[in-house]
Amino acid sequence: MSGTRTEPFRGPGGATIEIAPRLHVSRWVVGAIAVAAVLWAVSIVVFNENIRWNRVWEYLFSPRILEGVVVTIWVSIAATILGLVLGVVLAVMKLSKNPVLRWIAEGYIWFFRGTPVLVQLIFWFNLAFLLPYITLQVPFTQIGVRWDTNQLISGSVAALLGLGLNLAAYFAETVRAGIQAVDRGQREAALAGGMTQGQTMRLIVLPQALRIIIPPTGNEFISMLKTTSLIVVVAGNDLMTNASRIYKQNNLIIELLIVASLWYMLMTAIATYLQSLLEKRFGEDRVRLVRGPGFSQQLIRAATGAITLPKSKKAEKEAAR
Amino acid sequence: MSELLVDARGVRKSFGPNEVLRGVDFTVRAGEVSCIIGPSGSGKSTFLRTINALETIDAGSLVVQGEQVGYELRGGKYHEWSDAQLAKFRSRIGMVFQRFNLYGHYDAIENVAASLIHVKRMSKAEAHARAEQELAGVGLADHMRKKPHQLSGGQQQRVAIARALAMDPELILFDEPTSALDPELVDEVLETMRQLADGGMTMIVVTHEIGFAREVGDTLSFFDEGKVLEHGTPESVLSGSDSQRIRGFLDRVR
Repeated sequence: MSGTRTEPFRGPGGATIEIAPRLHVSRWVVGAIAVAAVLWAVSIVVFNENIRWNRVWEYLFSPRILEGVVVTIWVSIAATILGLVLGVVLAVMKLSKNPVLRWIAEGYIWFFRGTPVLVQLIFWFNLAFLLPYITLQVPFTQIGVRWDTNQLISGSVAALLGLGLNLAAYFAETVRAGIQAVDRGQREAALAGGMTQGQTMRLIVLPQALRIIIPPTGNEFISMLKTTSLIVVVAGNDLMTNASRIYKQNNLIIELLIVASLWYMLMTAIATYLQSLLEKRFGEDRVRLVRGPGFSQQLIRAATGAITLPKSKKAEKEAAR
Repeated sequence: MSELLVDARGVRKSFGPNEVLRGVDFTVRAGEVSCIIGPSGSGKSTFLRTINALETIDAGSLVVQGEQVGYELRGGKYHEWSDAQLAKFRSRIGMVFQRFNLYGHYDAIENVAASLIHVKRMSKAEAHARAEQELAGVGLADHMRKKPHQLSGGQQQRVAIARALAMDPELILFDEPTSALDPELVDEVLETMRQLADGGMTMIVVTHEIGFAREVGDTLSFFDEGKVLEHGTPESVLSGSDSQRIRGFLDRVR
């Protein structure tokens, strides 16, 4: 590359000879065709007379849509947390020396990965058929609490349970891989250094497993944001359900789908930004080698270039040194 | 004669159908440097790992620092050590591994200080001061804040030696400490080990470095097929042996 050359070329007589810039003709041609194709596709949507854009703007900030956004966010967060916690428990069970725990974990993972999440959602929503009342009671006493299942399991709670329990089954595999990826030799060195099994797990294995476990949680959350749209089948007041309720009344189907999509894209973009922060803290350089920043991430980075990211305590210390 | 630190009699160990140790007799006295050589698969590394109970033994007797390793005699029966007993025992024995096994998320100081803080319950400041002293001792004063991946193999192994030393062990086990190193980095590690030996540290060294065994070792054991085939001073084993197995092995490693 000419850019890396600091000394100019010299001809036989010692005179400086310039290097002609290379014309990337094929790049320009292919690029132009690609841009034209994209513009054409965008124009179909933007200039389509059948889409009433003024109605899109009208509904974009309507109270019911905003309510749906809030529900989508909290269900996503709650389901992800439920899935992560249960996933770690399942992973530890699966790696346990106790065969009973191992079988239970494997059975759970098989069941929740083996059935469609849609089926699971509908199942949780209809739990009342199976158990009309849910009772928590201290055995052999009358002390306890009792709930009407239909009141307890609303659409949103059914969704939270269904999505969280389902995520746990997938996440357990990530956690297990993370724990197993930590070099066995380091575990032995810690034991040889006088640490107990518990200390070795807590001080040496888990902190390094987290580096592998944490970055994918961002992906799980982003995927969860959109999976929540399945709540539409159990009427849970989330963004997609509320949008569908509106378009069933006024028949502005495409307009409300655009409204919902814009919100999903915004939420995904924010989540992607947060994910990049997570990866900075935990991934060090390894994760970014595998997966470069995505398009929305680059957009956000360009937009927020002036903002400095919060550094981890360790990075601050290193900078101070 | 100084006290026996390691006293192994008829030690046996199998992995499944594969009997790796078939009756090992082996002793080390305080202050001795004992080198172990032998072909791969001869059980020398496995034996080393039984000394700090990283492996259990199936039969025989293994007494280290006066204790029957891995078992406690209670009510006329041997009971397996608890996790805490194992940890306490291991904290008195240092170990240096072939692949260094430094903690990847810690820098050099933290690697050395980890067991001081969490096993010996030192304060962080105290542990870091001790770690700096040990790292300076192995010639790494300029690399204290580097993570393992920023260090060369030889530097990593010297951090591992400092990590073992910081615990004030009565005995350090070396499991092929130079076998994973590039040839030009071997000497810096051997030199560090030589200084330790000169300081009177008791060491058991599984190695392929015949020169080191000859110059630094007080005793040399030749392992073959799960047994000690020959034991004596390095000179007697290396030159005086008329065993075909030993002659053939030495010809190959030289």
